[in-house]
Amino acid sequence: MIQAIAFYLFATLVIASAALTITARNPVHAVLWLILAFFNAAGLMVLVGAEFIAMLLVIVYVGAVAVLFLFVVMMLNVDFSELRSGFVRYAGIGALLAVGLAAEIMVAFGAWSAGKIELARRAAPTPETVPNIEALGMLLYTRYLFVFEGAGLVLLVAMIGAIVLTHRERKGSRQQNVARQNARRPQDATRNTRPTIGAGVEL
Amino acid sequence: MTSWTSATLGYEGSWFLWTIIDILLIAFPLMLSVAMIIYADRKIWASMALRRGPNVVGPFGLLQSFADGLKVFLQETIIPSAANKVLFLLAPIITFTVALIVWAVVPFDERAALANINVGLLYVLAASSLGVYGIILAGWSSNSKYPFYSAIRAAAQMVSYEVAIGFVLISIVLWSGSFNLTNIVEAQRGMGFGLINGFFINPLLFPMAVVFFISSLAETQRAPFDLTEAESELVAGYQTEYSSMSFALYWLGEYANVILMCTLNATLFWGGYLPPLDIPILYAVPGILWLFAKMLVFFFLFSWVKATVPRYRYDQLMRLGWKVFLPLSLFWVFLVSGYLMLTRVGVGG
Repeated sequence: MIQAIAFYLFATLVIASAALTITARNPVHAVLWLILAFFNAAGLMVLVGAEFIAMLLVIVYVGAVAVLFLFVVMMLNVDFSELRSGFVRYAGIGALLAVGLAAEIMVAFGAWSAGKIELARRAAPTPETVPNIEALGMLLYTRYLFVFEGAGLVLLVAMIGAIVLTHRERKGSRQQNVARQNARRPQDATRNTRPTIGAGVEL
Repeated sequence: MTSWTSATLGYEGSWFLWTIIDILLIAFPLMLSVAMIIYADRKIWASMALRRGPNVVGPFGLLQSFADGLKVFLQETIIPSAANKVLFLLAPIITFTVALIVWAVVPFDERAALANINVGLLYVLAASSLGVYGIILAGWSSNSKYPFYSAIRAAAQMVSYEVAIGFVLISIVLWSGSFNLTNIVEAQRGMGFGLINGFFINPLLFPMAVVFFISSLAETQRAPFDLTEAESELVAGYQTEYSSMSFALYWLGEYANVILMCTLNATLFWGGYLPPLDIPILYAVPGILWLFAKMLVFFFLFSWVKATVPRYRYDQLMRLGWKVFLPLSLFWVFLVSGYLMLTRVGVGG
């Protein structure tokens, strides 16, 4: 009963906030609706017993990615009516993509239920005795170790690439050299003089 | 009593009722302790600055926070005309709610946690990463320069230090073999020579305890990392345009977060609800009192730091987070996991 109520609550909110993401006039509101959609998707995942994935979704997407989204949108001052102007032009391609995706999902589900591809392995059962975070770890670090490390490597390359592409040496900006700042002592920076009246000080 | 409610309301109704009662049992004492801890904070700063601090309302000024609360409650809520009204009012509510929801997984005693979930630590990380939204939204929806600067600073700061906190937590998870906060506390039983409870006594984990303490200062935007509210530069930061109850919600949420971080410090490194020494007679004192005492010690440290340490420059803050804490904690994850591989191979813990 409570599960059913929670499921329909989360599911309705995901769909509603996803729809509002697209239709919201203000881009910041759109990102906020997107965040709400992420959040409710996490709730759905908790309901099916994938609490680890749910937490990762919140930490990674809501906690980090969406924050950056929000900032970009807040600072860029995107004019959405300008973006919308291309709607009719691209509507056909968009519809085609949507149909393609739907077809792919159908094919995937058809293959899934057709069977004969190692029935014992195709499902992803959560073992009753082990929390799913442990079950996931057992698989990731044993059978799928190389795939997992490969994914890590791809991310590392992407990170380095992003840094290389965006980093630029700025001429004329003052760099802070923390080691030098810390090494500085009062006697290096100050001087105690007793000038005679009217003589002034050499700076 | 549980059987009586489940007889009259059915299992689900009874579960619902008891969860609500448990939530109130956490939230009300929490709000009371927030009020008292604000008073304690002001008294501690005052005595470090050789002042008297609040001493007029009630005996020793004990009722000062309640008087302040009442004053704020009676004030007018001013909404700037250029503000985005819905988000402007939503932002403090988000901050306040997020500050409360994390308490669901904190173990107050061996079997006293509202939700003893497997991914407790991840839940803490997830919920604390939500805290930044209250600040960003306040900064943006105020439609004013200073709050927006403050929001940018806050977001960068919180995201940066969460990375370091994440790695610190990984070393703890590696050592205790669980994400469950109760299991993490239990793993600390008799850590030091079978006598001292707490990860801090472990020379491999002590540096992480220090990193976590400093990062928790940054995460709660307390001095010396209070650049989001640096009054000499940004008026009052993201709270500049807030007044009355919406301001009070920030105030309460901020201190609830500070108390939470103190409790997390105690829970993750200093034995949580376990007594400091693993001696049977000390277990006569209920665990919640030990946790409370440890929390107060950490709160004193927070206040002490705030009263004595000058504010960081922004580049220093970023340098500390990214160039010192991140490499250090990453290296420590290697160190801890390497040590555990050498000593615990095949144990499966």
